Amino acid sequence: MFATSPRLRATVLRVAQSIPVVIGVVIISFLLTRALPGDPAVYFAGVAANTESIEQTRVAMGLDKPLIHQFFVYVGNLLQGDLGQSLTSGRSVATDLAKRLPASLELTLTALILAIVIAVPLGVLAATRPGTWVDHLCRVIVTAGVSLPTFFTGILLIYIFYYLLGIAPSPLGRLDFIYLDPDHVTGFYLIDAALMGDWETWRGAAKQLILPATTLALFTLAPIARMTRAAMLTALSSDFIRTARAAGLSNRTILYRYAFRNALLPVVTTLGMVFSFTLGANVLVEKVFAWPGIGSYAVEALVVSDYAAVQGFVLAMALLFVALNLVIDLLYTAIDPRIGFSSK
Amino acid sequence: MTKATTRRNFLKMGAAGASVLPFLRAMPAAAQGSDTLVVVTGARINSLDLHRTGTSRASYQVGINCYDRLVSFGTKPTPDGGLSYDYEVIEPELAESWTESDDGLTLTFKLKPNATFWDGRKVTAADVKWSFDRAVSVGGFPTVQMKAGGLERPGQFIAVDEETFVIKLDRASKLTLPDLAVPVPYVMNSVEALANATEEDPWAMEYLHTTPAGSGAYKVARWTPGEQLVYERNDAWVGGELPAVKRIVIREVPSPATRRALVERGDVQIAFDIPDKDAAELADVVDVFSTPVENCIHCLCPNFAFEPFQDADVRKAIAYAIPYEDIFQAAAYGRGLPMWGGEEEINDIAWPRKTQYYTDLEKAKELMAGSSYPDGFEVPLSISLDLASWMEPTALLVQEALGKIGITVEIEKIPGANWRTAVLVEKRLPLHLENFGGWLNTPDYYFFWAYQDGHLFNSSNYRNEEVEELTNATLHMAMDDPEYAPKIKRMFEIVLDELPRIPLYQPALNVAANGAEGYEFWFHRQLDSRPLKSV
Repeated sequence: MFATSPRLRATVLRVAQSIPVVIGVVIISFLLTRALPGDPAVYFAGVAANTESIEQTRVAMGLDKPLIHQFFVYVGNLLQGDLGQSLTSGRSVATDLAKRLPASLELTLTALILAIVIAVPLGVLAATRPGTWVDHLCRVIVTAGVSLPTFFTGILLIYIFYYLLGIAPSPLGRLDFIYLDPDHVTGFYLIDAALMGDWETWRGAAKQLILPATTLALFTLAPIARMTRAAMLTALSSDFIRTARAAGLSNRTILYRYAFRNALLPVVTTLGMVFSFTLGANVLVEKVFAWPGIGSYAVEALVVSDYAAVQGFVLAMALLFVALNLVIDLLYTAIDPRIGFSSK
Repeated sequence: MTKATTRRNFLKMGAAGASVLPFLRAMPAAAQGSDTLVVVTGARINSLDLHRTGTSRASYQVGINCYDRLVSFGTKPTPDGGLSYDYEVIEPELAESWTESDDGLTLTFKLKPNATFWDGRKVTAADVKWSFDRAVSVGGFPTVQMKAGGLERPGQFIAVDEETFVIKLDRASKLTLPDLAVPVPYVMNSVEALANATEEDPWAMEYLHTTPAGSGAYKVARWTPGEQLVYERNDAWVGGELPAVKRIVIREVPSPATRRALVERGDVQIAFDIPDKDAAELADVVDVFSTPVENCIHCLCPNFAFEPFQDADVRKAIAYAIPYEDIFQAAAYGRGLPMWGGEEEINDIAWPRKTQYYTDLEKAKELMAGSSYPDGFEVPLSISLDLASWMEPTALLVQEALGKIGITVEIEKIPGANWRTAVLVEKRLPLHLENFGGWLNTPDYYFFWAYQDGHLFNSSNYRNEEVEELTNATLHMAMDDPEYAPKIKRMFEIVLDELPRIPLYQPALNVAANGAEGYEFWFHRQLDSRPLKSV
């Protein structure tokens, strides 16, 4: 089966190739966190610490050992699946990530889907009717999207829809306090609530999602719409479209079957990039909407030199990106048969 | 805790209460009913056990609301119509009564006979001893805080019988009893804790970290770190008057703008620790309590390790150059208390006190001209990025003012993680802003931390033999001792003349309430949920 399915083989090869990357990430994240300024022992010794209690804290945290020793302890734990204890949250990093990564992903994916649903048709329309009002609208939305920082859009949306109009729910995170978290299956509240058949909670979670997802979508919409428009314009002006037109194919067929499919490749590439920077841009949205996501977690950990949490975050992100790149590569081959794994 | 609270028994728990968290549907209206209060805060609760290494300040509230101490402080009204704890009055909490031996070396506590832990077991002197032993043994912050009251080793604590607990002191100190009322020496259910202790973890740090076992007014019903903490009232509480509110939800909302919108709309009843700016602007819309933090002063500190600051004229020139009022308005929005323009003669022992300095550029220039640095010098002014909200505007105004007397100031911003190391441990910042506040509200305690050589908050590397001696002499002395007041006045006189710390203003802790009353300020700057009521 391994030999017969080139795609499976390529996938396995791809995953194998990512192993050195992950090892590199482990080493670099370890060294970088240690190179951060600041002394976590001083920070975590508390408000009224003296030299003695700082030293006790240092020993308790294992930071009195030589660096190389700390590294081997870390790797040893890592191999057993133990990412260590976060001092900021007081829980194991693995628990934190399992709780927070889905929160961020749910928000990011919802925003991304929202952005795609709006941006791709908008880009296509703008490309087919250049210079018309649709094109101008596209340009305005794109410009506004990139130039408005997310925390500003977020606060503005809260101000209008929550504070003034009162139609949005309280920006209190993933669920208002009256709801209970759905049982943990995937960590995506919408999916978990649906699995339980608890539609009240589902609605509650969806309501909480609308504003932050819109904020993020406004931000991610811009590059997608721009890229769709540009790619469509290039495709529409290429020779094979002229040939297709000359052959008398219907407009619809030309647009969707030939032009759009060819334009899709750069769009998917952009999507991958957008997804990665959206996860980063999440931080500000998470702060504004009290969203318990991974971005705010990492920033808080970084500020106080919470080593285990920062390393866990970097590692989780590295794995996520390895997976993401793999998915995008597979998508390429699905979209464009010319890109085959065999050619590599 | 979270482990024990499954979805089902949380529902049951709710149903047991008179009015259930009205499940789903009929929300925010119902949340405003009298038995649930929602509080938002920007700080993170990272442990339910204060004794653990790395427990954040915000987590101290669990120690306050879920556990009892032997004693507590009383309550007094504040000048602005709010409430505050009263350092002068010690009230019983778990202890019914206590006596002090004539030499002051033995404290004997009688426990309330009807006090029980949440699991129904009677609170005994053995539990108190175990809890105190733990606080002095685990190291780090709790041990340091216990030591401030002269409580240093397990041998000092004796459980005489079930209801009698004795503390033996090495020396009598006025700080011992108040130190028993701070959040640290709380009483845990030692039987439950020991059942969950292991050989490597004899103090059950892992268990109590997530599962409080106390006798306090509130139990923790749910805790999701980074999101929320839900308190549920303990109806069998005997430590004080039973709280009026059945359930209190503490939600963590990092963005101050969002917290403000929530409390202004009335969807949450209390926004705890809001920025000065919001407090100033919200004061007309909702109830805002801005209580000056006792025994806390925001200071500009010239470091004696930096040569020009060894010149007394230079330090005084700076004190006369600072635009105090502008700083107070720009950095604190007028919240808190001014610390400048007072009498030079010292007639009382109230601390913080207004200094004799005020903004007078001419005088500052004169002093500079008479110093060893008539042409001025260059110095970096360091601030913490974590505390930028007050430090940044202050630093800019100081920079501008010192420029006028020939001192060229460059502002250096230090990341939060690095700040404590640089300013307090290494004490290497030539000119910086600092804001120590002492839990125990006596001047000598402030001096102990901030003016004695080598102590953590003496970030100016100040050493004065007389201050050393006077602080040591007054630290444990009773405040009504005839020698106390003259000594304290002398200490004020020296440090206000020598200026290792130039007081700027006394900051305030701001709390906005919309639909709740009974908020009480505490020195620990955390929310005591017990006196809260909804309106």
